[in-house]
Amino acid sequence: MGRVITVTSGKGGVGKTTATANIAAALAAQGHKVVAIDGDIGLRNLDVVLGLENRIVFDLVDVAEGRCRVRQALIRDKRTPELFLLPASQTRDKDALRPEQMVEVCDQLREDFEFIVVDSPAGIEGGFRVALAPADQVVIVTTPEVSAVRDADRVVGLVEAAEKGPALLVINRVKANMVRRGDMLGPEDVQEILSIELLGMVPEDEAVVVSSNRGLPLVMDGAHPAGKAFSDIALRLSGVEVPMTDLSDDGSIWSRIVRFVRQR
Amino acid sequence: MGLLSRILGLGQPSSKQVAKDRLQLVLIHDRVRISPAQMEALKQELLGVVSRYFDVDTAGVEVTFSQHQRENRLVAEMPVLPEARRQKGR
Ligand SMILES: Nc1ncnc2c1ncn2[C@@H]1O[C@H](COP(=O)(O)OP(=O)(O)OP(=O)(O)O)[C@@H](O)[C@H]1O
Ligand SMILES: [Mg+2]
Repeated sequence: MGRVITVTSGKGGVGKTTATANIAAALAAQGHKVVAIDGDIGLRNLDVVLGLENRIVFDLVDVAEGRCRVRQALIRDKRTPELFLLPASQTRDKDALRPEQMVEVCDQLREDFEFIVVDSPAGIEGGFRVALAPADQVVIVTTPEVSAVRDADRVVGLVEAAEKGPALLVINRVKANMVRRGDMLGPEDVQEILSIELLGMVPEDEAVVVSSNRGLPLVMDGAHPAGKAFSDIALRLSGVEVPMTDLSDDGSIWSRIVRFVRQR
Repeated sequence: MGLLSRILGLGQPSSKQVAKDRLQLVLIHDRVRISPAQMEALKQELLGVVSRYFDVDTAGVEVTFSQHQRENRLVAEMPVLPEARRQKGR
């Protein structure tokens, strides 16, 4: 039976879609059968980030409303054959789906897939509730900024209230040099404030933008720091213990000096 | 802030520390859903009740939340004036 992992954040633009695409692609590359569901109805994006936008025929709302079978709506990624996408509807709005319908669709997918990774819309309203409803595990993405962490805290509380906790934390867009000079909350600070388990931290990485330009998830495309971080997150989700990468070690002269001194 | 004073830890706290302190404060109110004004009202009411039994040194009263993991506890600290001073005060 497949596990549903819902990726959410509260605040918009912190990297939910990026995380969903890369976690799903990494799990598939690691040999699991995976479907990524775009729960951001009306603002679909997961298709373009995954580079599958040209092959959409049916979407999630079509499945939920019985216009097609779930298999007809799935798009297979030819580059990673174990990866599928269930796209969002672009012409409907966020209230087009009820939580029970999402649970029903996910229950069908559980039979065929090991992992069902659901991307959520920003916010804590209807669309968030829909994405939360089928979750076996919630992953909360935040950046190390005051407003994003505050919103993440709200979501931690809502997830607990919905008895879907404890959620796991992904801290995205960590800038090692800013953390080092005391101008950005470090992963340990964010984790301490939110008091939920850290699933992984992802560095700020220009390759993220390049990969979404190309529609090629980072984890499919060589060794970038953010890609490595998402691959490690995927491994941890499938139960493999992977030590956290020290992001302060960014290969710069300064971090090499620090490492050298620490090793003495 | 200059590099030297930053290395020596002088001058203003880092913006990261400021962010952390501000977040911790704002989250207490978010989590228990109480505004600073309601908090003040609570403090006054608690003080009213406790004052019926003790002489309280009002200057030292503090009502706050302590946090352990995601559990929040209301902590009220009220310095109680000793018996002798209480008698004198009467
Ligand atoms: N680690 C990173 N390094 C650099 N850029 C990043 C990183 N993560 C995300 N981004 C960029 O941030 C932007 C927002 O990311 P994304 O669309 O994944 O956020 P989102 O949470 O899904 O947004 P929304 O709430 O609008 O759905 C994108 O342009 C993405 O390329
Ligand atoms: Mg998104």
